[in-house]
Amino acid sequence: MATEPMGGKRTQLIPENFIDNEHDYESITDIIARVVLNPRPPLIWFIMTAGGFVGLNVMLMAVTWLILRGTGIWGNNQPTGWAWDIINFVWWIGIGHAGTLISAILLLMRQSWRNSINRFAEAMTIFAVMCAGLYPLLHTGRPWCDYWLFPYPNVLGMWPQTRSPLEWDVFAVSTYFTISVLFWFLGLVPDIATLRDRSRSTWAKVLYGAAALGWRGSAKHWFRYEQATNILAGISAPLVLSVHTIVSFDFAVGIVPGWHTTIFPPYFVAGAVFAGFAMVLTFGLPLRALYGLKDFITEKHLDWMAKITLATGLIVFYGYVLEMFYGWYSGNVYELSLVNHRIAGPYAPFYWALIFCNGIWPQALWSHKLRKNVPFLFVTSIVIGIGMWLERFVIIPMSLTRDFITSSWGYYSPTLWDWLLFLGTMGFFTFLLFMFIKVLPFINIFEMRDLLHKNHHTFGHTAHEHDAAHAEEAH
Amino acid sequence: MAGHGHGHDHGPVENPIFGMVAEFDSPDDLLAAVKRATAAGYSKTDAYAPFPIHGLAEALPNGTDDRLPWLAFFGGLTGCMLGFGLQYFINVIDYPMNVGGKPLNTWPQFLPVTFECTVLCTGLTTFISQWALNGLPRYHHPIFNAPNFDRATQDRFFLCIETKDPKYEPNETAAFLNGLGALNVAEVARQ
Repeated sequence: MATEPMGGKRTQLIPENFIDNEHDYESITDIIARVVLNPRPPLIWFIMTAGGFVGLNVMLMAVTWLILRGTGIWGNNQPTGWAWDIINFVWWIGIGHAGTLISAILLLMRQSWRNSINRFAEAMTIFAVMCAGLYPLLHTGRPWCDYWLFPYPNVLGMWPQTRSPLEWDVFAVSTYFTISVLFWFLGLVPDIATLRDRSRSTWAKVLYGAAALGWRGSAKHWFRYEQATNILAGISAPLVLSVHTIVSFDFAVGIVPGWHTTIFPPYFVAGAVFAGFAMVLTFGLPLRALYGLKDFITEKHLDWMAKITLATGLIVFYGYVLEMFYGWYSGNVYELSLVNHRIAGPYAPFYWALIFCNGIWPQALWSHKLRKNVPFLFVTSIVIGIGMWLERFVIIPMSLTRDFITSSWGYYSPTLWDWLLFLGTMGFFTFLLFMFIKVLPFINIFEMRDLLHKNHHTFGHTAHEHDAAHAEEAH
Repeated sequence: MAGHGHGHDHGPVENPIFGMVAEFDSPDDLLAAVKRATAAGYSKTDAYAPFPIHGLAEALPNGTDDRLPWLAFFGGLTGCMLGFGLQYFINVIDYPMNVGGKPLNTWPQFLPVTFECTVLCTGLTTFISQWALNGLPRYHHPIFNAPNFDRATQDRFFLCIETKDPKYEPNETAAFLNGLGALNVAEVARQ
């Protein structure tokens, strides 16, 4: 049996070196730690942080007004009780999923190219889940009573309904957030120890020293660290799938036309990964240019992320095709009328914009050249972000405004406060992300050292083995 | 020695020297050195590296153990039982509600919450026990007194043989470590 493919070209298991140019442990540490320890961040950092801070305040204002006045300030109505709150909840939580996919599933598959993007993708997960969680909590209308969602013994003798997908969401999202934070912090500790040992200012030494928990890089600790990482990755992989599957159950368990299809769980999960990778690109591309990290986030990384985006985009597009197919094949007049409503009703421009953003535009990623074209990738990532938002819009108000009887038909449009809250959460997200970049290394330093070590063994050899052997003989 | 002020009230006075440390500049050198130290019979040793090195903990005496996965497993099992038990208690015992004649114990509908509880408890157990088993967080450790040790989190690799080691003898151990191709070898003070 020939193990080599035709043409005699060897196929390697680790075909690529994911660090460009010549680097050693010191230069990797130096370049990444400099982003944090440099006393003066670049001007764009100040602009983005200030912009995010304005957005954060807009969000706080929108939340305050909501609490004072109630959900009436939103465009929610009868029949559209689920409106922007749930659109934005699903959109934000989907954005978080690429982080977990990169940090857990790619880790389990031993994909070492994840090392340079996992840290800030995980940070994005946490911040996106914070934005997402805000919406259902506010949507209850009385956010100060939100603890009622948790099962606890109370004087009313009441328990939450654990047979409902909405209650499953409470468990899924809170577990997801907790595990994401633990996983992220566990990975940060060795890098915080690096910052502790490199920082010059007393304040930085004290704060990083406290956060590093006394990490000293003992081999016994590293062994346990890897055990813990593998366990957390092993539980995070099914967790992330369960979270978005449960989010899709919110819809799929209902009987509303357009929601009641079995394609929903995989279709939602693929959409989440699609949106998540788009967001990783949206922030990764500018950061890479801003901090001169092209050696670590290489063209290869962009290429592979674009390929994942393309693949998940195709799954999502398949979902759109199937939604049409179900409408026709079910022979159900309500489903069929929903299809007509989507393609020719008052919201038809949104539907066709969705098809363009998620179905047609990403097909350009088949091109090898465009996958490595940074400006094009950046535009594509934003187009996809918009497209995934439109997808949730298409699912929620379009179905709710056309259900079974004509008397319950309606129309939905968002108000100013809907917009302000949504834009505000974007500012909140940006603010958190840029603050994170300033205080913690946004590329995993020790995993990059590990990658370099593996590269040495795969692509070259160091003279050290010989030195050690000679020293032994000399003695 | 025993008469000096810093000793504990009972028990033997600790050696003011924590151990002997050797510094290397590559992971392969460190791994080779650890293997030779273990082969030479040193048993109270530890290696320090800026990233996890495959096979390093396995090369150290008592470097590995399987307690963490087992703790995680039992943590998960507890979470699983608590999650299901909670829902059974709510829906069957404390607040039974007949909906369309369906059984009270609709176990398939209890699976999502049971799963999430399992994951949550596994994750929390793993996170907490990995720190507990490592003896962290900890304010200080004598190894931080080793010269150049701030580079153990950057680009250098260290092997430490502690004075607790029955085979420890200052001159002999220093000679042994020097023979491993170390960049430098130094005694590490406990305080």
